Amino acid sequence: MTAPAAADSGPAIDVRGLVKRFGAKTVVDGFSIRVGHGRIHGFLGPNGSGKTTTIRMLCGLLTPDAGEGTCLGLDIRSQSAAIKRQVGYMTQKFSFWEDLSIAENLDFVARMYGLSDRKRRVADALERLGLGNRRRQLAGELSGGWKQRLALAACILHDPKLLLLDEPTAGVDPKARREFWDEIHALARDGLTVLVSTHYMDEAERCHAIAYLAYGRLMTEGTVDEVVARSGLHTWTIAGPDLGPLERELAGRPEVEMVAAFGARLHVSGSDGAALAAALAPLRGQPGLTVAEAEPTLEDVFIHLMNRSTDNFA
Amino acid sequence: MSARFSPARFLAILVKEFIQMRRDRLTFAMMVGIPIMQLVLFGFAINSDPKRLPTAVLAADQSVFARTIVAAMKNSGYFEIGRAVMDEAELGRLLAEGEVQFAVTIPAGFARDLQRGARPVLLVEADATDPAATSNAIAALMQVARTALDPELDGPLAHLKAGADPVDLRIHRRYNPEGITAYNVVPGLMGTILTMTMVIMTSLAVTRERERGTMENLLAMPVRPFEVMLGKIVPFILVGYVQVVIIVLAARVLFQVPIVGSLGLLSLVMILFIAANLAVGFTFSTVAKNQLQAMQMSFFFFLPSMLLSGFMFPFRGMPGWAQAIGEVLPLTHFLRIVRGILLKGNGWAEILPEIGPLLAFLVVVTVIALKRYRQTLD
Repeated sequence: MTAPAAADSGPAIDVRGLVKRFGAKTVVDGFSIRVGHGRIHGFLGPNGSGKTTTIRMLCGLLTPDAGEGTCLGLDIRSQSAAIKRQVGYMTQKFSFWEDLSIAENLDFVARMYGLSDRKRRVADALERLGLGNRRRQLAGELSGGWKQRLALAACILHDPKLLLLDEPTAGVDPKARREFWDEIHALARDGLTVLVSTHYMDEAERCHAIAYLAYGRLMTEGTVDEVVARSGLHTWTIAGPDLGPLERELAGRPEVEMVAAFGARLHVSGSDGAALAAALAPLRGQPGLTVAEAEPTLEDVFIHLMNRSTDNFA
Repeated sequence: MSARFSPARFLAILVKEFIQMRRDRLTFAMMVGIPIMQLVLFGFAINSDPKRLPTAVLAADQSVFARTIVAAMKNSGYFEIGRAVMDEAELGRLLAEGEVQFAVTIPAGFARDLQRGARPVLLVEADATDPAATSNAIAALMQVARTALDPELDGPLAHLKAGADPVDLRIHRRYNPEGITAYNVVPGLMGTILTMTMVIMTSLAVTRERERGTMENLLAMPVRPFEVMLGKIVPFILVGYVQVVIIVLAARVLFQVPIVGSLGLLSLVMILFIAANLAVGFTFSTVAKNQLQAMQMSFFFFLPSMLLSGFMFPFRGMPGWAQAIGEVLPLTHFLRIVRGILLKGNGWAEILPEIGPLLAFLVVVTVIALKRYRQTLD
C-alpha cells in the first residue's frame, strides 16, 4: 500500500444531497457525507435504509438522480470509469465466480485492472490471506469465512485507495470477523479509506466514525461516543429474578421508550431522563431488584433512532 | 403430520404455483404466445405445395407453339414467368443465385421440329436443392407438355396428338438429381443447429452472471461493454465451428452429401452468421431477468427461424408477409449460402446478395445489444 499522495489531501469521499429513486420510491434522499483519508467509516441503518444504494452510487454502479460530489477527488457523475479503477467494492452477496478456483478468480481480477506484475500480485494476495494452499479450490466450495477472505483479497488486489464494503461479515463466525477487522485496520493504517456497512454493533465500535441511515436519510454521524452522547438517551438497568411481568409493565409506560431483556437484566431507556428516573424510582426499594443508571449502548441508541425514524416517516 | 394425501396441502402447493406463475409475466406471455405463434405460422404461413415459382425462359423460338407452352405453364399456377433471358450464361447464374427455381429453354427451330413431328426438346432445369419445393411443379410440367399444345395441333398437325408427347420434355434436376431430401436438410441443419445453440448459449451466459450476482462485480470493474460482449461471444464462435465440423463430417460420411463448393468460403461466411446469432442471444440476455426467461426468448426466436427460413418448408410457398419476416432472419440467408456453396458450388459472386442482409442484421442487433447492456445497475 502506498502512502497517500499530495493530491489526496482532500476528503476521500465528499458527496452532497445524493438522491436515488426507483420508480416512485425514494431510496436515498438528500444524503451527504465526508470521509477523510485513512479513516474507517461505519455505515449503519435498518434493512432497506439505502446503504447499499448509496455505496453503489459512490462507485459508479448507479447514477444519482440528484446531488453531486467526488470520490477520491473524481466526480461521481462524469468520472465513474476513473473511480472504478481506484475503488475496491465488496458486494453484499458473494459475487465472484463460483466455478473458478481461488487463483483463477484473482487472476481474472488482476487482468481486469490491467495489473502489470499479475502473477506476483496474485501470489502475494494468496499468501497474505493464507489462501496459498487452497489456490486450486473452486470458490463455490469455500465456506462463508473463506469466501469473504477471497472477496477481500480480490477487492484490494489492485491497490485501491478506497474500499467500499457492503455488509462484508454477514454470516461469518466471530473469529473470522475479528480477523477480518484486524485486516481492515491494517489496511487503513497504510492509508486506505474504508466505508463499511454493517448491522453488528461491535463492528460499528471498531470504526473511526459512524453514520446512521434510515429511510434514505442520514440520521446521525460522528464517533461512537459522539453518537451516544448526542442521542440524549438515558438508560437504566434493572437486575433481578423474574423480570417478565415487570418488562411488560414498563413497556406500557409513556416515559419508557424501550425495554429490552438481556439475560437477567432489563435495559430501560427513554429520552426524558428526569421522567424516566421518576418512573423507575418506586422500583428502587423493592427487594431483589437492583436499579442503576447506565451508559446507553450503541445498540440502545440505534434502536431508539430506528423507532424514532419510523415515527417520522411512517 | 399425517402420511396420507392431504387435499389441503395439495391445494396450498397449487395456490402457490399459480401465484408464482402469475408473477412471472414473461413466462406467462410465452405460454400464451408460443401456441399462438405456432398456430399462425403453421396455419397461415406454411404451405408444402408452393405455387408461382419464379421461372426464367430462354426462348430461341418465338413461335405460337413456344408461347402456348409458356402460357400453359403459367396457367398451371406453378410457374411465375419472369423476364425473358437472352443467353444460357444468365440462365445459369439465375439458377445458381436462387433467383429462379426453374429455367426453361426453348431451342431454335422448336416450331419447325414440332411441325415435322420430330419432337423438339423442351429443356427445363429445376433448382432441386429442395426437392419438396419442385416436385409438384415438375408433375404439373409433365401435364403441360402432354396437353398444352392440343388446341394448336389441328388440321394437318392433328396426327401429332396421338402417340408420344409432341415435345420431348427434358427435366434436369440440378444440384440434386436424385431428389435426395438429405442433401437439402443436412446443410440446412448446420444453420439450424448453430441458431439454436448460439442464441441459447450466449443468452444464458450473460443472464447467468446477473442471476448469480457476479454481474455487479463485473460492472464495478473498469471494463467496457464492448469488451464484455466480445469476450463472451468469441468462445461460442469457436464452439460454433466445432459444431460445423461435426455436421460437415456427418454430411460427408454418413449422408454422402456432395460438397461442391469451397469449405474455406463457407467457414469465412459462417463467422458472420454465428456472430449475428450471438448478438441476438446477447440482446436477449440484456432483457431476460433469469435463465428461464432467456431460454424462452431464445425459443421464441428459434421457432420462426426454423419455420420461416425455408429450412422445414419451401420458402416460396409462404405468403408475402411470412417471406418478409423470413428475409429478416439470418437463418434464411445462411441456408441459401450454405446450400449454394455445398450443393451448387457457388462462389463469392453468387452468395454476395445474401451477405448484405446478414451484415445489416448483425449491425442492427449489435447496436441494440450494446445500447441495452447497462454499464450501471439502474
